Amino acid sequence: MSSLTMPFEKALELFEPVMGFEVHVELNTATKMFSWAPNEYGDEPNTNVTPLCLGLPGTLPVVNKQAVTSSIRLGLALGCHIAESCRFARKHYFYPDLPKAYQISQFDEPIASEGHVEIELETGEVFQIPIERAHMEEDAGKLTHLGGSGRIQGATASLVDYNRAGVPLVEIVTKPIEGTGALAPQVAREYVSTIRDMVKALGISDARMDQGSIRCDANISLRPRGATKLGTRTETKNINSLKSVERAIRYEIQRQAAILAAGGSIMQETRNWHEDSGRTTAGRPKSDADDYRYMPEPDLVPILTSRERVAELAQTVPESPVLRRRRLKQEWGFTELEFRDVVNGGLVDVVEHTVEAGASPAAARKWWTGEITRVANERGVEVETLQVTPADVAGLEALIEAGTITDRIARQVLAGVLDGEGTPQQVVDARQLAVVSDDSALLEAIDSALSSQPDVLAKIQSGKVQAAGAIIGAVMKAMHGQADAKRVRELILERASQS
Amino acid sequence: MSEDLIRLTAAELADHLASGEVSSVEATQASLDRIHAVDGEVHAFLHVADKAALATAAEVDRRRAAGEELPSLAGVPIAVKDVMTTKDMPTTSGSKILEGWVPPYDATVVEHLRNHDMVLLGKTNMDEFAMGSSTEYSAYGPTHNPWDLDRIPGGSGGGSAAAVAAFEAPLATGSDTGGSIRFPAHVTGTVGVKPTYGQVSRWGAIALASSLDQMGPVARTVLDTALLHDVIKGHDPKDSTSINREWPSFADAVRQADLSGVRVGVIRQLTGEGFQAGVRARFNEAVTLLTKAGADVVEVDCPHIGSAVAAYYLILPAEASSNLARFDGVRYGRRVMPETGPETVENMMAATREAGFGPEVKRRIILGTYALSAGYYDQFYGQAQKVRTLIQRDFDAAFSQVDVLVSPTGPTTAFKLGAKVNDPLAMYLNDVATIPANLAGIPGMSVPMGRADEDGLPVGLQVLAPAMHDERLYTVAAVVERELTAAWGKPLLGFAPELKEASK
Repeated sequence: MSSLTMPFEKALELFEPVMGFEVHVELNTATKMFSWAPNEYGDEPNTNVTPLCLGLPGTLPVVNKQAVTSSIRLGLALGCHIAESCRFARKHYFYPDLPKAYQISQFDEPIASEGHVEIELETGEVFQIPIERAHMEEDAGKLTHLGGSGRIQGATASLVDYNRAGVPLVEIVTKPIEGTGALAPQVAREYVSTIRDMVKALGISDARMDQGSIRCDANISLRPRGATKLGTRTETKNINSLKSVERAIRYEIQRQAAILAAGGSIMQETRNWHEDSGRTTAGRPKSDADDYRYMPEPDLVPILTSRERVAELAQTVPESPVLRRRRLKQEWGFTELEFRDVVNGGLVDVVEHTVEAGASPAAARKWWTGEITRVANERGVEVETLQVTPADVAGLEALIEAGTITDRIARQVLAGVLDGEGTPQQVVDARQLAVVSDDSALLEAIDSALSSQPDVLAKIQSGKVQAAGAIIGAVMKAMHGQADAKRVRELILERASQS
Repeated sequence: MSEDLIRLTAAELADHLASGEVSSVEATQASLDRIHAVDGEVHAFLHVADKAALATAAEVDRRRAAGEELPSLAGVPIAVKDVMTTKDMPTTSGSKILEGWVPPYDATVVEHLRNHDMVLLGKTNMDEFAMGSSTEYSAYGPTHNPWDLDRIPGGSGGGSAAAVAAFEAPLATGSDTGGSIRFPAHVTGTVGVKPTYGQVSRWGAIALASSLDQMGPVARTVLDTALLHDVIKGHDPKDSTSINREWPSFADAVRQADLSGVRVGVIRQLTGEGFQAGVRARFNEAVTLLTKAGADVVEVDCPHIGSAVAAYYLILPAEASSNLARFDGVRYGRRVMPETGPETVENMMAATREAGFGPEVKRRIILGTYALSAGYYDQFYGQAQKVRTLIQRDFDAAFSQVDVLVSPTGPTTAFKLGAKVNDPLAMYLNDVATIPANLAGIPGMSVPMGRADEDGLPVGLQVLAPAMHDERLYTVAAVVERELTAAWGKPLLGFAPELKEASK
């Protein structure tokens, strides 16, 4: 196995990359695509199954109407034409995770076709990604290979979980994406990110790459600069994050360039991305002659969609991710870098909701990209799984502005919220974290500190006002931090001038 | 009493049950006794559920005695073709690959039978996965024709037809993909109906060819067939191809049958050449009878019917190869580990399918796989679908002139076991008259029209009607049955030889 690569810049001098993506989006319908089994992620294996999910003989599929609605809305968001009539087809192959030995998919009659998606890179460059089609299909089950490396080769046994078998998917297929040059990795990442934001905004998917509810297969080929004929492509699978999309494309460009420059040829094959090593390895050979023996699905009747229905659903499609980002960036007044932090963290929604709940954009950004992201990283979980809501963050900020708590105390309050102790106000009450605003209590502490450090008092009185810091520290310590340092300082100076 | 009970029609038995003259336990026991006495030779059944049947019967008797109002066929015994899933009985579809499999759910047809408090006697034999016209391709051995035990009972539903013809059950269910209900009825002197596609749910029917399969009733009389048809028809949300509409009572169509003014078309392409002389003779008499009974009979052309068998043997194997792909040994049914080579999942699947499927099933899977292959699809499957459309148009045109069409149901009487088993083409041609209805989705029926002079074996008249008009089948068949039974002095089955009963 050759793992030689060519430096990226050199590769781009010699070759032009052409990319294509197949993005699978799992829909968050209550039940599966063709069965009444619950569509739930993470349940006990083989509990969300019906006779249909197991491919028992005599069972028949029935189309999930909600899945069709979601697919049409996604098709519209992709700028696609929605078919007035479309059919399902059977795609045949034998594999233990495929209960019927065929997948019900769409072949020559996808529900949505011919669209485009606008994306915008960090640098502000805009690309139009041409969409060939978006079609409905069902997911397969999940295999776990025991023994060996965890892959099927060398495994001693494999276990199948059919909970995922039949989960509704929309597969979005792009046309070849040309002319990106050295920006190919960023374009790849931004495209998948835009699709993720799009399905999130539509509310049709959990949109979690880490859980596989968005999966990306990246096709890439190189051709010598100036050539028009497409090179042989590879299809990289197992890409589980936005960052990996970018890295995988970059790696494949470097790998293919090294082979081509050495006079070799590219194998048309699937390649598996390895997050840890940052490399791809050969999967299975894939030719255009793969024969899935497609046939129209005779157990289902065509899906008919009236123009009125399309118009009605078009009303429910939110603004595109690019337009929304442009609008929010302007409304929030963030710098490029600040806004990028929010976008890359997948935090646009929560920041927007926090602002809606009354916080300033700057404060909302600070909490979500700062302390909350830090805790999520520390716990190794996604931000959205943490027990804190935009309303909590807005509430926290309101408490700071009202002077009820200080910035430092706010972190303790947030920790309480994250530990499930309730809203910020409830945490403040329960932990008695409200700032001591009773001057007499503060003065008592100040007097005690001043009397124990007479030299400091003298310094202050001689005009060295900065010496007050030592007293402030002592007072804050005595008050367990629950005092407003600014007020303490005022009182110290007042006291010093009186004595 | 037992001997008389088994010869009652379902309608008569239902009346006796309702009046309390006979109990369901008595009727069920009579059927079970008959099965145990003759089925060793007939082999209509793959599974007999004595205990469960008697328990159901006793429960029906108890409820009737308690004064409950019960459905009209409550307590009447019935045999179920093994193509339909039953959660308390093994379901094999005649294949070794499903040997011993007990499904966790009932077919919708079976659910209807249970909801009507009918007594399920057991499961009937069939060609493996309903592929065949003689029941010789059953992995569990052939069924024998009660008229002559050396002859085939037709197929694929030879078990259901023979069970009814041998008085083992008054009623049975069937499935008809290219004639699997009608051809057995033709060669056993019984009645069978393939309903309009979409009228009876396919949920729980182990699919052969999804776009052609239709479940239907099997019985000894036209009225009994209608009564059962009325029980199993109707919309099922679990079957997307199921038609959602109200259907008329077919039993009423039988009771009110009157042929005056009914326009009957004789399909020119389904008479003459290729049909046995005795079949032709009885058919011509039947046509005369229809005229006498007041029908206007004309000849009509269905020019593309000659291509039906060829189109069918592309569409059916294509769909079957797809439907049967799921039998891979991974989740249920038989699993066979490879004798040589590594024990990989692929090798296990191959070994399972090699051991589990019989030769006819393998033949059709190979045919279908080939027909669906990239580069051949348009040439075979696509072309066959075009022929299918042409045949549908032929029927549309014909039904613009006439109300029903008639033909002989099959080209010959029952042939000897083994006569065609190694000649697939000859076997496929048995269905030449029945296949067109499946391609067009229209309803068809076979009703006895006498016995061929050359061998004394029964032959059937096929009646076809436009989609959604199954009631017309019953109108025509009821008159034919009434007139012929009157002429013969007894039902056709009265001419069948007595079966030797094994000592009880």
